[in-house]
Amino acid sequence: MATKLLGERIKRKEDPRLIQGRGHYVDDFKLDGILYMAFARSPYGHARITSIQTEAARNAHGVLAVLTGDDLKGKLGPVPCLAGMEGLKVPDHPCLAMERVRYVGEPVAAVVATDRYLAADAAAQVEVEYDMLPAVTNMDKALEKGSPLVHESFGDNIAFVARTEGGDWKTVEADPSVKVIKQRLINQRVGPMAMETRGVIASYSPGEDTLTVWSSTQIPHLLKTQLSLMVKVDEPRCRVIAPEVGGAFGSKLNVYAEEGVACLASKLLGKPVKWIEGRRENLAGTIHGRDQIDDLEVYFQPDGKVVGVKCRILADMGAYFQLLTPGIPTSTALMILGCYDIKCVSVETIGVFTNKIATDAYRGAGRPEATYIIERALDMVAHELNLDPVDVRLKNFAPPGKDLILATGVSYDTANYQRTLKKVLKLSGYSKLRKEQQRLRKKGKLLGIGLSTYVEICAMGPSSRMPAGGWESGTVRVEVTGKVTVLTGASPHGQGEQTSFAQIVAQELSVPFDDVTVFHGDTAQVPLGVGTYGSRGTAVGGPAVYYAAQKVRKKMARIAAHKLGAKPADLVFDDGKIRLKDGSKSVTFKEVAEEAYMARELPPGMEPGLSELYVFEPPNFTYPFGAHVAVTEIDPGTGEVCLRNYFAVDDCGRILNPLLVDGQVHGGIAQGAGQALVEGIVYDENGQLVTGSLMDYAVPKADLFPWFETANTETRTPVNPLGVKGVGEAGTIGSTPAIVNAVVDALSPLGVRHIDMPLKPEKIWNILKQAAAPGGQAS
Amino acid sequence: MKIRINVNGTWREDDVEPRLLLVHYLREVAGLTGTHIGCETSLCGACTVLLNGEAAKSCTMFAVQADGAEVTTIEGLGSDGNLHPLQQGFWEEHGLQCGFCTPGMIIASHQLLSRNPHPSREEIRHALEGNLCRCTGYQHIVKAIEWAVEHTGK
Repeated sequence: MATKLLGERIKRKEDPRLIQGRGHYVDDFKLDGILYMAFARSPYGHARITSIQTEAARNAHGVLAVLTGDDLKGKLGPVPCLAGMEGLKVPDHPCLAMERVRYVGEPVAAVVATDRYLAADAAAQVEVEYDMLPAVTNMDKALEKGSPLVHESFGDNIAFVARTEGGDWKTVEADPSVKVIKQRLINQRVGPMAMETRGVIASYSPGEDTLTVWSSTQIPHLLKTQLSLMVKVDEPRCRVIAPEVGGAFGSKLNVYAEEGVACLASKLLGKPVKWIEGRRENLAGTIHGRDQIDDLEVYFQPDGKVVGVKCRILADMGAYFQLLTPGIPTSTALMILGCYDIKCVSVETIGVFTNKIATDAYRGAGRPEATYIIERALDMVAHELNLDPVDVRLKNFAPPGKDLILATGVSYDTANYQRTLKKVLKLSGYSKLRKEQQRLRKKGKLLGIGLSTYVEICAMGPSSRMPAGGWESGTVRVEVTGKVTVLTGASPHGQGEQTSFAQIVAQELSVPFDDVTVFHGDTAQVPLGVGTYGSRGTAVGGPAVYYAAQKVRKKMARIAAHKLGAKPADLVFDDGKIRLKDGSKSVTFKEVAEEAYMARELPPGMEPGLSELYVFEPPNFTYPFGAHVAVTEIDPGTGEVCLRNYFAVDDCGRILNPLLVDGQVHGGIAQGAGQALVEGIVYDENGQLVTGSLMDYAVPKADLFPWFETANTETRTPVNPLGVKGVGEAGTIGSTPAIVNAVVDALSPLGVRHIDMPLKPEKIWNILKQAAAPGGQAS
Repeated sequence: MKIRINVNGTWREDDVEPRLLLVHYLREVAGLTGTHIGCETSLCGACTVLLNGEAAKSCTMFAVQADGAEVTTIEGLGSDGNLHPLQQGFWEEHGLQCGFCTPGMIIASHQLLSRNPHPSREEIRHALEGNLCRCTGYQHIVKAIEWAVEHTGK
């Protein structure tokens, strides 16, 4: 048999071009006659536009066009939102502001010029007069009567109210032994901060009436459909290309105003138009993530058994909706019970409008918030009852196995939470760590050990539960030469599916790994697709490619059988050959490929060619899980938190390439740790963005992290034939609560039960100072 | 203004606007798009190049300031079949995902190893403080540099 590929640590096919600077991201493309676009943006959080003077900009050197909101009427549709729910208030969201601006960075006018410097110069000459209005950036205040209204016509700042209820609350509330802890948890707003900012080139050809768009996007096919509708070019004549995409983390799972304006500008001018986002534009104008206030009530028995969770989730929408904005917090409600067998749940989710850029999917998208709530809750119960957090988790874990249906109505696929926990306790030397902690505490040192045992909902998802189709397509084409082309509708942007999908197909067809080439991202090449998000690339895109390879394999077996005078069932694919099981007769893979196209001796009635498309519709989500342990030390002099050790055991189902899985887990842990320790988007009460550049917004650097010790268990999912669950978001979901739990654990002797993120030194220092005061106890 | 810059071993003469940034000169005049722009404030390090052998952030200096200098970009470091040990290390150890920060990371690592051929893990992390990566969590980058250390001169 050919070399086993699945499960092997195989270097990436993507890398040779990227390590030599030969990959092509959007800004690397140069087209004949290309023009550059720049935007004038709102400097205010909330204001009425009283006038826009564009004459100076129009007359500036090199300028071809200046567009304002009025110029878009009838020509460019609004920014789309695909998430829907009962009673949802959907604000108008024009691509350029009309009459009012509602957040700092909102695009007001676009300038197109022959050069990017000239475009920027001219954008600065667009004169906009504003009449400032009171802004609202705090959700509690936004819900008060008399608050400034983000959208006056709605009458309040409530976008929606949704409820999730389950279980027999009467029994819980009547039980006198049941105690309750109430705690407000703030899940702060953070920036996705892909290293490549957004960017787009729109190229409209007036003669052909075709629109070609290069965009740094996670969803080329969806973007093609939406831009076609927005700019009114029939979809068959639209093409979107996602070239190399320099990271996304959910922020490019979207359709943005700038993409629409670039298309319109190109249509009006008949020339290609490029816009590349600056980093400050990125902080102000690309979606943010998280931003919830979670008022939690956890009900538990004296032995640590949790019997109910109530929560009011305030979810900050920002001023307008982007593609999925109101849908994100619904995942928080869905996953709020984590991996615990908790019988009662009651969640009220309120979407709140504020004068900020929209929130939307950011790595984890609603699930990190859920995990944070329940993992903090379990630790608070442990703290209250003076129990070890491990014991509280063991008492509450759902039993191993499958088909567990929770009070939230969610049905998990397969799991063994006990096993991942046991493994991480061993990996971390947990009991030794606890002993070390005891020793250090006697010396007045602050060592904390934090645990998080998470479950996430991934492989998005069954189409019935998704806003825009949850399937994925795979095409496998064996060329005349016997080399293999694979097309996937998933649009990876760093995940490495050009490698892992080649592993799947090469193994299935028993051909050399180097003979398989995977393409993605170009809607003219890949017939249909959904994209990469929600840990779906390999878990939904992978099976599509796998089944397409099987279809090709079946056809090749029929051709070979016809040639050999055998039955297809008697043939095996073996290292570039198709042979009888006993080895007596064979044809080469290449000969069969050639025959498929020369079509001289095909079985009667068979269509020539060797290209098969498979569209995989997942029957359920998958539920990867894991257990993480963080160890933190606090400097008593400065309040600085040092992440001393990090241990992670993740179960993402079957592992196709451990190298890629490690990479996803590491990157995820780093992002989750970033939120726990240093990251946070801040707006002031006027809606001014205080963290508007990388000078003010902390992205974790290499020296923030210890050596991550990682391991896996593999519990295959029955949801797809590969048994893979997805791993893109695991680290981000597991790490944030583990680290916060560790820091709270370190400070618990001082009476600390909770601290809100980010755990910056000043916050910790103040707690230490308060505790050191005579008779002091930190709260 | 007329400038003369040695880019990856070849002298070029160009007439550029005084305000043209070095990174735009490299990308758009010299056509070398391997050097990336991730911010405009010298904080992310995606635009790092070697200027007379020292790592420099090309997004916050003008092309005219590099007049007479030797600039090495990622394209000048190795070639197909003859990758620089750092490039090979990043490949071997999965030191990149989206690849956007990678050219700057490799150039910054190059400077580190030229000053300190056997750095500790802490020294590697310290040397990378001027370069942000959002994908890898940095651990595989540290391993990539260690791979290069082990294989340099072999």
